[in-house]
Amino acid sequence: MSDTITKEQIFKPENIVYKKTDLMTDNVLSYCPGCGHGTTHRILMEVIDEMGLQSETIGIAPVGCSVLAYDFMNVDMQQAAHGRAPALATAIKRLLPNKTVFSYQGDGDLAAIGTAETIHACNRGENFTTIFINNGIYGMTGGQMAPTTLEGMKSSTSPYGREWHAMGHPLKMTELVARLPGTYYVTRQAVHTPAAVRKAKKAIRKAIELQQQKVGMTFVEVVSNCNSGWKMTPVNANKWMVENMFPFYPLGDIKVDGKLVKEV
Amino acid sequence: MTEEIIIAGFGGQGVLSMGKILAYSGIMQDQEVSWMPSYGPEMRGGTANVTVILSDDRISSPILTHFDTAIILNQQSMDKFEKSVKPGGLLIYDPNGITRHPERKDINIYKVEASKEAAAMGFRKIFNMIVLGGYLKVKPLVKMENVIKGLKKSLPERYHHLIPDNEKAITRGMEIVEAVHTV
Amino acid sequence: MGKELRLMKGNEAFAEAVIRAGADGYFGYPITPQSEVMEYLMAEKPHERTGMVVLQAESEVASINMLYGGAACGKKVLTSSSSPGISLMQEGISYLAGSELPCLIMDAMRGGPGLGTIQPGQADYFQLTKGGGHGDYNLIVIAPSSVQEMYDYVEISFDLAFKYRNPVVVLTDGAIGQMMEKVYIGDQKPRLTEEEIREKYPWATLGKTPDRERNIITSLDLDPYRQERHNLHLQKKFKEIEENEVRYEELNCEDADFIIVAYGTSARISQKAMDIGREKGLKIGIFRPITLWPFPKKEIRALSEKVKGILTVEMSAGQMVEDVRLHASEKIPVEHYGRMGGVIPTPNEIVEVIENLFVKG
Repeated sequence: MSDTITKEQIFKPENIVYKKTDLMTDNVLSYCPGCGHGTTHRILMEVIDEMGLQSETIGIAPVGCSVLAYDFMNVDMQQAAHGRAPALATAIKRLLPNKTVFSYQGDGDLAAIGTAETIHACNRGENFTTIFINNGIYGMTGGQMAPTTLEGMKSSTSPYGREWHAMGHPLKMTELVARLPGTYYVTRQAVHTPAAVRKAKKAIRKAIELQQQKVGMTFVEVVSNCNSGWKMTPVNANKWMVENMFPFYPLGDIKVDGKLVKEV
Repeated sequence: MTEEIIIAGFGGQGVLSMGKILAYSGIMQDQEVSWMPSYGPEMRGGTANVTVILSDDRISSPILTHFDTAIILNQQSMDKFEKSVKPGGLLIYDPNGITRHPERKDINIYKVEASKEAAAMGFRKIFNMIVLGGYLKVKPLVKMENVIKGLKKSLPERYHHLIPDNEKAITRGMEIVEAVHTV
Repeated sequence: MGKELRLMKGNEAFAEAVIRAGADGYFGYPITPQSEVMEYLMAEKPHERTGMVVLQAESEVASINMLYGGAACGKKVLTSSSSPGISLMQEGISYLAGSELPCLIMDAMRGGPGLGTIQPGQADYFQLTKGGGHGDYNLIVIAPSSVQEMYDYVEISFDLAFKYRNPVVVLTDGAIGQMMEKVYIGDQKPRLTEEEIREKYPWATLGKTPDRERNIITSLDLDPYRQERHNLHLQKKFKEIEENEVRYEELNCEDADFIIVAYGTSARISQKAMDIGREKGLKIGIFRPITLWPFPKKEIRALSEKVKGILTVEMSAGQMVEDVRLHASEKIPVEHYGRMGGVIPTPNEIVEVIENLFVKG
């Protein structure tokens, strides 16, 4: 049968259709199936690989689900205290201005406990790239309410839904930092479809390229699902994300070349 | 030789800088020195004082309660430090604004009309140098040439043209210092 | 000893020493009584002098985490603060110790607790010599007692920090920070190049090159057995530090009947008390721990076996006295005299306490 190939043929280089980047280690990802972290890790590492920056890159892992990001990303990495990744990245970039530095943070880390560090690093125009995974929940600790949890959304600490009088409003951190003069490129992406992944990867590439030019903070939010925390199947979680998260956290560029391209 | 001095007055009278010049002068003649200011909220407009120690030996405590010399420039400081002068020690003060003059009989008391003189010389900023001159007349611990060297060290270069005026003020202080009571 | 002689405040001498030691980065947040450190550094433009980075952070929390980032890259980094700020930094310090990173932290202690006062204190002894943050760790804690030592111990502290890959604390107070004394200034040491750092500190996260595995700086290990092994490794290192790095000074201890144990400002004041006491015929000696951790245990033990009494003088309710009691002979009294809240003990008070406790009593 001519339309089938043998196992031996598959291994031949000319038949390769996809190759995992060497910048992802062979460790088994600790993320739930369907989670956006794995995809975001991969596209970030692909960009670093394609740009030939492995030996020049230092990454910061946060506290949260991606606390073990250094197990998967094959670059020099440091694990930060909860919320402090921007402080670490600031010092590293100041002391080693020609390196590529990124912080990789979740919503609890970046938008709650680390708000001060985030705002000030952005406002100082630190020349590193922030990757911000927003899934509206504290995933690792078991689905508690996050600063980004939508109104009405249920979590283990808002079991009847987030009610703003008592629990405050969801925080649009990305819109907030876009207004600061120190940010140069601010965008919101997602990784739930192949097309979205391609766009998100382009955005990350742009951010890393801009970092080389030392123009200020480059900030990429990735809206993601948390199917475990949301207590949904992966498919339903993505559907729920499109229907509920995207209207409040709309995808697209917010600031390009230091100028707002969207009303915030 | 060890000389333990307190200089006390209002913030802005040049208390700290007088101490600094004295300390620098000590360094110029190879002495050990320490300069310990009162710091904190009182710096802002209230009283200011500095403990200066000049010694031929290693200095122990930079913070003291009793002094060989007290240089006193306002009433609050008089009330606070007159009693801190060691018996047989020296109290030197500017009578301007002093309502209760020193009363102790077991110490040497001198006065320098420094405020009045500074006004007469038309240069209020050298007030503290007139006081310093008075002190150095009574206790010539540091040589004038070392004071000038100390001034050069402690003043930023842009003020070096004022050194001759400072020297004049020190000399003037030496001329006008008067004994009030000696033991 | 350096050749150039200056009259400087303790805080300024510390800052100048930092530049001359070839430090790479200072990250700090203003707090009295040590703000002169950052002010001096900013005014000196170390970026022009040596390329050193000086950054005013948004908080002490950010400052210590900037150290955490910079130290991971093998850079010589430091911060300075005062008691409340140091409390805020404890989490980050624990991370630094857990990840085995070198750095220098200066604490100009003030009276506490809470916001306390800006006047000098020595009540951070427990906090810093017993770890301070969470987990089992120790910091090397050095207590200068003169402006010259504020200068000299910067380079020594950096050396110790890198030798043992551990944070080092210079523990001082506002009195030493604000006081001016003569200082001999040493020569400028060059900052290390990236190649030199890669060579000397192969653990540094400077970017993964093809010749090595990626470097990971973390204090996290979710496997309890591996985490325990890491802890045992840390404890072994701390033991080694205790055996090799004890520093202290003795004054007139040979013929002394009574020993004052004091550090920093209290040691200076106690020297005056010793002079006054000796004039009165009281044979007082001073034992001044320079390293508060590692604590000079053996030396205290040995001294306690030949004197009639020990008095610790601290600007606290009695913290170091616990360590002295732990190691001194139980045959002699070990007493404490302290002032708190920014009050500085006077030499005469100390002499009186010795007379009352050991002579009359």
